[in-house]
Formats: sequence, structure tokens, C-alpha cells
Amino acid sequence: MSSIIDKIFANATKFIAIGVLLLVAWIFSVLFEHSLKSIEAFGFSFLTETKWAPNLEKFGALPAIYGSVVSTFLAMILAVPIAIGIAIFLSEIAHAKIKTPVGVSIELLAAIPSVVYGMWGLFYFVPIIRDMFGGIGISMLTAGIVLSIMILPFMAAVTRDAMNTTPDILKESAYALGGTKWDVIKDIIIPYAKAGIIGSFILALGRAIGETMAVTFVMGNVHKISTDLTQPATSIPVTLANEFAEADSELYFSSLFELSLLLLVISFTIISIAKFYFLRRKRTGQ
Amino acid sequence: MTYTQKRVIANSIVMALSTLSALIGIGFLLWILSILIINGVDALSMTIFLEEGAPPGNESGGLKHALIGQLMLVGYASAFGVPLGIMAGTYLSEYGLKSKLSETIRDISDIMMSAPSIVIGAFVYAIVVAPSGQFSGWAGSIALMIIMLPIILRTTDDMLQLVPSTLREAAFALGTPKYKVITQVVYRGAKAGILTGVMLGVARVAGETAPLLFTSFNDNFLNTDMSQPMASLTVTMYNYATSPYEDWQKLGWAAAFILSMFILTLNILGRLFLLKRKGK
Repeated sequence: MSSIIDKIFANATKFIAIGVLLLVAWIFSVLFEHSLKSIEAFGFSFLTETKWAPNLEKFGALPAIYGSVVSTFLAMILAVPIAIGIAIFLSEIAHAKIKTPVGVSIELLAAIPSVVYGMWGLFYFVPIIRDMFGGIGISMLTAGIVLSIMILPFMAAVTRDAMNTTPDILKESAYALGGTKWDVIKDIIIPYAKAGIIGSFILALGRAIGETMAVTFVMGNVHKISTDLTQPATSIPVTLANEFAEADSELYFSSLFELSLLLLVISFTIISIAKFYFLRRKRTGQ
Repeated sequence: MTYTQKRVIANSIVMALSTLSALIGIGFLLWILSILIINGVDALSMTIFLEEGAPPGNESGGLKHALIGQLMLVGYASAFGVPLGIMAGTYLSEYGLKSKLSETIRDISDIMMSAPSIVIGAFVYAIVVAPSGQFSGWAGSIALMIIMLPIILRTTDDMLQLVPSTLREAAFALGTPKYKVITQVVYRGAKAGILTGVMLGVARVAGETAPLLFTSFNDNFLNTDMSQPMASLTVTMYNYATSPYEDWQKLGWAAAFILSMFILTLNILGRLFLLKRKGK
């Protein structure tokens, strides 16, 4: 009797575990299948066409791709130095008494829903940008800054964790030779934890590029490529969030599905690079 | 200037810059947190819990519809996501362990944990909303469940692996069948860890907005029928905050405050459980 239950239990868990794998494959295939109409209609020009005009049934994804790349890039150049600063502060400078509370609060901030960051951006940050740079305040720049603040806690926490993997004995040896803190950071910690630190940044990049709610409030969803960062813009997730529930033709839907597929492929690739290339050692250590 | 002096000066500069950037970062985060608390506490009142959505302007609206909708969406997602995630995690740790299949499932789950949640919304739209012809609470719950699954799976896997194999061996030595060893010995040993994983998973999906936008959609009134569009705190927050009406915006802040406090509490409780476990 119990051997039957044993078999059932073993096979049920295996079935569900494989189900998770199949689910991911299913997601890709469903998105692909629904993109077919748009792929047939526009082919490769979907990625290079700048015109997104639902009323004319013309869909080009370049403005959204451009917006995703630029806003994420802005967020990264703003967040990376500050995240490194926080990580150095937490791992090397702060006294043990502040280290834990500051570290824990940063981790908790990473748990606050991104829609709250977006709301803060809309009500408190948009007016500041408007006063400083003119325009309406809803812009690529605002989106980049709000996005950088949203990924900052995550990035700082993982960077600190990466730095903390440096064995104490290596650091202590360097200090014993008369190294300053900066010497230890640049000659011991950074070389030792390089892969982990870069991996953390790329992982944060992968999250930032798919982030929807922090930017939807402050970007404006305007399908235009502008080099002026204070102009409203759009990105792939912003377009999806704004237009999915309103799409009214099959080709429109299909184009939005192609955008989703594009976003999934991009973030899947970025996250895989971070996980498999840079963070491999950490995984085997588990 | 001697070499030592140069190094000391370089050191002071870097230390000052690091502390400064830490202060800037922490300052921004404190700013957001204080705004959330000030606006949230200011907007809190009993009506919020007792009243449904109302037309803007008459200050009589509440969030009852969104609170109940949120509980139902997250509740159903957890009711299916938690057991499935634990079962799959059990397979990885107890049966598959280092097999090729298990490693692949681990890798894919790790990636899915960081994948854009709005894409999951699009997927559920294609498989549930489009065929049934309408937005529904079920669609929202399914989207949340898909997001929750890899989180529960990976924490269960990690936590079960922490259970010493001597415990399993002792139970096997008594002639216990494997499923009993797992359910009565291994699960018991990893209880606190699994519970923490569940709490973090629930906290994570409770804050999701993007996958609900075009699955459960929204409803300004109380609806407990899962086959109909359903309000959630997050989508209500988004709609109210982007509306031009001041009393709606105020309700948006109240929703943001309630939800953030719920999520922070779950996170803190989860950590405490883990600490307690380590302390033993």
C-alpha cells in the first residue's frame, strides 16, 4: 500500500516540476504564435520602423526599443556609482551598529512594490523636473531617474553581498601590510568579487529593462524618438501597460504580443548572461 | 608628497565619496518612505475599509472593493501556487537533486524570478482572457500564480537541502517509506524555511501591478465573482493616482500605504522566522 503512495508521490512531484519547465516553453510558444500576424505583416521592419500608428494599422517598435534602451541606460549610469558607494559603505566603512539596520532597511526597500515608486515619481519628482528643465516633466529623463531609484536597493544589496564573499583573511593580510581601506577595496575586494559585482549589475539591468510600473507613470507613452531627454517617450513595457487593454484590431494585438516576446527574449538573455556567466560560482557554492 | 601620503589622501577621498553616495541613496529612499507614510496615514480612515469606490468629488469612497479583491486574487494564487511550488521544490531536492533535469529546472526558475511580469500578463491574456472573452479574477490569479511558482520552488528546494541527511537516513533505517520521510521528517525540519519562502513569495506577488492590468483589470465596486473583472489594490492605486481628482489620489496613497505595510510586515516576519531557526 505505502509503496503505491510512494510511487504516486514521487511521480506527482516530478510531474509538477517538469510542468514548470513546460510552462516556460508554453509562454514562449504562445507569445510567438500570437505574434505571427505582426511578423508576417512587418517582418524585420517591425524593429526598425519608427511609426506606431494604430489607426493606420502601422506598427514600428523602434521608438519603444529606443526608449527601453535609453531609460535603462540612464538608470544604470545613475544607479551603479551610488550602489557601489552604498556597498562599500556597508561592507567596509559602516560601524557594525549601523551596518545591520541600514543593510536591512535597504533590503526591505527592495521589497516595496514598484507601483509606489512610480506614484512617488509622478507626484513629487515630475514637478521638480518640470521646474528644472521646463516641458511637462513627464519625460525620458524622469523615467530614467525614477527607474534608477527603484533598482538602487536591489542593486546595492546584491553588490554588497558580492563584496562580502571576499574572505576576511585576504583583507586582513592586506591591512597587515599597511594597506588603506581603498587599497584593500581596489586591490583585494574588487579583483576577488569582480565577477559577482558585474553579475549583480547585469542582473539589475535585466530587471530594470522589464520594469513597468515605476516608469509607466512618468514616461508619457509617446511613440517618438527624440534626443531631447526632457521630452515624453515610451518603452516596451510602458507601451504594453498603456495599450494592451485598449487594442482593437488583430494586427494591433499581434504587434503588442510581438513586443512582449521581444521583451521576454531580451530580459531572458540578459539575466542568463548574469546568472550563467558571472554568478556561476555563487550557485555551486549553495 | 610621499607615496604614503598620496595613498592616504586617495583613501580619504574614496571614503568620503562612498559615504556621500550612501547618504544620497539612503536619503532618496527615506524621502520616498516618509512621503508614503505621511500621505498614507493622512488618508487613512474607517470609511476606507467600509466603503466601496465612489464617483470622484464627494469624498465618500473607500477601498473595500480593492482590499477584498486583492485578498481574493492573492489568496487563490497562493492556494494553487504554494502547494505546486512546494511539490516541485520537493522533487528537486528529494528526488532529482543533482540530475540534469533538476539543474535545468533550477536555472529556468532563477531566470523566471527576474523576468518581466508584464509579459506573464500578456501570456495569460492570450490563454485565458481572449478565449473567454472577458477580463476576470481567475486570469489575474493565474498570472500571479505563475509569478509565485518559481520563488516558492527555489526556496523550498534550498530549504529542504539544508535538512541534514542523517535525519532522512535515521527515518529510512526504521523502514519508513520515502513519502513519509519527506512529509513527516524533512518537511518538519524545514518548516520555518518553507514558511519564510511562502511569505516572501506572497509578499512579492501582492505588490505586482503589471500582470493584473489586462487580466483581472479593475472594478470600482465590490465584486466577489472570480469570473468577472476584479479590483486590486495595485491597479486601483494606478488608476486613482493617474486620475485628476484629489480625493481619488488620496485613496491611491491610502492603498499604497496599506499594501506597503502588508508587504513589509510579511518580509520582516519572514526574516524573524529564519533568524529564530538559525538561533536554535
